Amino acid sequence: MRFFEFEAREVIKRAGIPVTDYGFTTDAAEAREIAQRIGGPTVIKSQVLTGGRMKAGGVRFADTPEEAESHAREILALEIGGHMPRGVLVDPKAEVEQEYYAGVVWDGIRKQPVMIFSPVGGIDIEQVAEEQPDKVGRRHFSNILPFSDFQAKEVIASTGVSGPELNKLVPILTRLAKVFVEHDMVLAEINPLGRLSDGSFVALDAHMDIENEARGRHRRLLADLGVGDEETRQAREATPFELAGELVDATDHRGVAGNVTEFDGNLGLVIGAGGGSLTLFDAVRAHGGEPANYCEIGGNPSVAKACGLAKLVLQKPGVDKIAVMMSIVSNTRVDIVARGVIKACLELGHDPGEKIAIFRIPGAWEEEGFKILERYGVDYADRSVSLNEAARRAVEKIQGVAA
Amino acid sequence: MSILIDADTTFIVQGITGREAVNLTRECLDYGVGAKVVGGVTPGRLGREVHGVPVFDTVAQAVAHHGGRIDGSVVTVPPAFTKDAVFEAIENGIGLIVIVTERIPRRDVAEMVELATLRGARIIGPNCLGIIVPDVIKMGGIGGPAKNAAQAYTPGPIGVISRSGGMTTEMSSTLSAAGLGQSTAVSIGGDAIIGSTYAELMPLFEADEQTQGIVIYTEPGGRMEAELARWVTEQRSRLPIVAFMAGRFMDEMPGMSFGHAGTIVEGKEDTASEKITRLAQAGITVAERIEDIPGMIKDKIAQGSPA
Amino acid sequence: MRRDGTFIAVEVDDQSAADANLARKLTEACPVDIFAQGGGGLLEIVEKNLDECVLCRLCLDASPAGAVKIIKLYDDSAVLA
Repeated sequence: MRFFEFEAREVIKRAGIPVTDYGFTTDAAEAREIAQRIGGPTVIKSQVLTGGRMKAGGVRFADTPEEAESHAREILALEIGGHMPRGVLVDPKAEVEQEYYAGVVWDGIRKQPVMIFSPVGGIDIEQVAEEQPDKVGRRHFSNILPFSDFQAKEVIASTGVSGPELNKLVPILTRLAKVFVEHDMVLAEINPLGRLSDGSFVALDAHMDIENEARGRHRRLLADLGVGDEETRQAREATPFELAGELVDATDHRGVAGNVTEFDGNLGLVIGAGGGSLTLFDAVRAHGGEPANYCEIGGNPSVAKACGLAKLVLQKPGVDKIAVMMSIVSNTRVDIVARGVIKACLELGHDPGEKIAIFRIPGAWEEEGFKILERYGVDYADRSVSLNEAARRAVEKIQGVAA
Repeated sequence: MSILIDADTTFIVQGITGREAVNLTRECLDYGVGAKVVGGVTPGRLGREVHGVPVFDTVAQAVAHHGGRIDGSVVTVPPAFTKDAVFEAIENGIGLIVIVTERIPRRDVAEMVELATLRGARIIGPNCLGIIVPDVIKMGGIGGPAKNAAQAYTPGPIGVISRSGGMTTEMSSTLSAAGLGQSTAVSIGGDAIIGSTYAELMPLFEADEQTQGIVIYTEPGGRMEAELARWVTEQRSRLPIVAFMAGRFMDEMPGMSFGHAGTIVEGKEDTASEKITRLAQAGITVAERIEDIPGMIKDKIAQGSPA
Repeated sequence: MRRDGTFIAVEVDDQSAADANLARKLTEACPVDIFAQGGGGLLEIVEKNLDECVLCRLCLDASPAGAVKIIKLYDDSAVLA
């Protein structure tokens, strides 16, 4: 779950990393008050979870509090990349002598966090790594041994930074590494980290992403920041259809009928499991099909849950038929899913044989499942029909409808 | 032969009294020659039995009861308790730990893996279904009930490694139908950090005489495929590899998470298309469809072409 | 007493249905809550859960032979007993 800049700044401030005397607000008049308090030129920054806010006009400079207010008003109404801002940050315009970069991410291959530092900040670190590789220092650190200052010192020194700067940077990097570990982050980045004319350092922007699986361990922090449990902060906001999908999955605790994602096609998909869903979605598109949705069934859901999911998809405007397909199941039961999807058709007054383009779920309890499907005249396939072939048949049927 | 486990492997199930663990224990006892499940651990349940397997409060009790080193453990405890359970297994001398549990925070996984490395233990998973040696033994829920597992898996020359548990079975079933059995199939887990990656299992298959080719299932997200490509190139592996890449549609949707926890496009390196290019450069054939895999791997083995 | 879902029907003979002790055992045995105890501890069949039946036979094991029948409506009314 990604943090807004104003939240990330609060996190690093609490960790003892110097930040500017900024203020966050959702109100233009209050932006003026903050600018007044700061006294002097300010920067007004849109608080959105998307890149390119500078280009989009979401970052503007103000010389006076009046200007700060009018910029804030415009930015608060400015949509960037499909996102409305959460508010604006009013920041003193700092006299920066040099911009640095400091970050911590996971390395999935080494299976350790890696600390990254560069005396070239303010731009994308990947670009720096490509153009000036000797200006980027990296160092892994242990998951078990306590973090020690020398590790930060080594990574900074490796980029050629020395003198008083080195000594001032060490505690900042050490604190950032600790913030990353203690808060179960997948990204903790200060960019730029500015060196001011008096030689002191201050974080001018920060990006942080906390792991969803670990949210439960950081309830207090999230509550302090005002982050609600319902905020998923995905790359795009959930649609009503997707929210309805979450409700279906919450029907009971048996199995999963989740990750419902909306697309705009006419072929409804009731598919699973994780890997099977990815494979099937690709296959449907490879055959020219247009999925109405993505989803993942798994873990042996109840009949009610499978039924709820199928109903949701069947009722989606523009859906002509559904395809019920999974990779070979060993935990989820074929007969239970069959009952669920047939029940969904019946309850909506449809003929299951008509609405279900194909049912391809082989595996546990398939004999029983196939009996049910036969009884209702549903076209089904066993494991001798590949996922790809099942997807092709489903697309063929729906294109027959469209034509 | 096989990798990681064989007919003599002894293991325990941590969290054995949970609903899924009870089923998993039954399945392992029933499959092949019958797994040597020498104990189970659920704190507070000492003295019970699950399908005839004695239950203990601690791993140490299970080891004492067994009267010697236990080879492995299947860990099925809830995410908040997994790290402790895995530490307990490692510190009691267990060398192979299959973590079934899903939704464990990355930091916990990284800590477990680092301790395992220090102690010379190996972790498979988390978020995986385990390991199967066809007709011999399975360790974990892989393939499901013995009857279903026997339907999909047959003994033979192909090593299977997959980030998806279900697709391990789907691919093995397709191979079996084409007359290509498996030496060992490993569900390595779908998380961003896992105990054993493709490249980390390759040396084991490389050393296994029965194995003549490798089939992998992969997804967008992470750099495990790049690691494999590098390993294959540097080591000049004798084993031809065919890969199947699912989730190609995700390249159009950066930042969105599908499938497994580790399946999200975060940078340009971890897209499906980038991975396909890297794998191909290392001589790994990337199949468009599962049904094409048996023919491809047969051809590569026949040509004697390494990956 | 017999109740029918879409796929599954459950029939309990009247004498057994009046046995509060058996009702308790069935309620405990069924993993999908098809059985419940109503007023006076008497057996009730929960209609909305009928189709959740997983054919596990635990109710059959918990009752005297023939007292409970599970009927698969999709399979020519085949009976699990």
